[in-house]
Amino acid sequence: MPSTKPEGVTPSQTVGPYFAYGLTSNGKYDWNDAFSNNLVTADTSGERIRVEGKVFDGDGVPMPDCMLEIWQADAQGRFSDPQDQRALPNSSFKGFGRIGTDANGGYAFDTIKPGQVADPDGKMQAPHLVLAVFARGMLLHLYTRIYFDGEASNAADPVLALVPADRRTTLIATRQPGSGNAVYRLDIHMQGDNETVFFDV
Amino acid sequence: MTLVYPVSSLSAHSPRLSPAYKSTVKRSPTRPLIPMRHTLSELTGPVYGHETVRENDHDLTLQGKGEPLGERIIVHGHVLDEDGRGVANTLVELWQANACGRYVHVVDQHPAPLDPNFTGAGRAQTDAEGYYRFVTIKPGAYPWGNHHNAWRPAHIHFSVFGHSFVSRLVTQMYFPGDPLFPFDPIFNSVTDEKARDRMISSFDLENTKPDWALCYRFDIVLRGRNATPMETK
Repeated sequence: MPSTKPEGVTPSQTVGPYFAYGLTSNGKYDWNDAFSNNLVTADTSGERIRVEGKVFDGDGVPMPDCMLEIWQADAQGRFSDPQDQRALPNSSFKGFGRIGTDANGGYAFDTIKPGQVADPDGKMQAPHLVLAVFARGMLLHLYTRIYFDGEASNAADPVLALVPADRRTTLIATRQPGSGNAVYRLDIHMQGDNETVFFDV
Repeated sequence: MTLVYPVSSLSAHSPRLSPAYKSTVKRSPTRPLIPMRHTLSELTGPVYGHETVRENDHDLTLQGKGEPLGERIIVHGHVLDEDGRGVANTLVELWQANACGRYVHVVDQHPAPLDPNFTGAGRAQTDAEGYYRFVTIKPGAYPWGNHHNAWRPAHIHFSVFGHSFVSRLVTQMYFPGDPLFPFDPIFNSVTDEKARDRMISSFDLENTKPDWALCYRFDIVLRGRNATPMETK
């Protein structure tokens, strides 16, 4: 039966508290994960990094039942999607990661630092990950971005420029001390003094 | 600001703060979201196809050692965008409670039996025209702690990717005529009745398989691109 032109989108509903066995089973259920929080594949070039943090609700309580998804460009600023015509068709780097937060609200992604991507005017954006946040109590997921501290290009980023200066820190992951692969930390706050900036996209 | 995927499409969704659904109170932002133009980061999205879907991932009645208990059903439909175009080769993920209204998830303590032959997770890829098909068991209603005597209407969770990261959709499919609809704050968080009805599957006699399984149809509509040329400045 052919579909007629729809009157609108299908409304979003919450992922609820029980998504883990279907979406982020992580070996705990009799189901395989299609996705991982480790985006690095054998042929991935670029600087290996870890991005980690915790997710907190409006009472400052860690959210142990949250699902995070990231989407990012490769180290050269290309997306693994044919819609990005600069994509490398044979690269195994997908640029997508998914994780369910742990009992302490924690998350971590092992990935590579993305390259710069132009905005619609051709102006270069600073390296960033796009982050989608899903959880029980969230009827529609939220979008935010993760930037990296110490990046000179942050100062000229056209999206960061839309954010009041005193809230930009909620989008910039801080480099953690230590040797080895760089670790960046960014906590997500649904509410409160440090409420994360979310975007209306 | 003209966006490639107009944000006006988002008006079909629930307000993020929907206090009748109590968990939204501490889990929705208090400050306005910041509008921005879609860049390539928003306009592209992950591409996952058949390599992600194994042979029986779409048939939740074949994943155990034996057949699960409950009413076997076919759930199928069309993933399309607001312009009516099918979304081909996109990944559709599904998870649900068993026939007794019990999830496999460790946190679910509803005193209803688990079914050793039913996990309740599935995966399918839409075909070249955007159609998908699952075989599963009709899930049961179950109680939850939102308010006194709160019960969720029977539902199946769906997760769909679509053409871009901003067309990502997670939703729930309901069954027609459920008596719990008027009492469910999650279903009713969608304030527009026509939009709410798009979450209810329709009974599909034509595709019901004689002597085997009833069929329900659930079309999933993702955001469409702006019909007018994209503003570039």
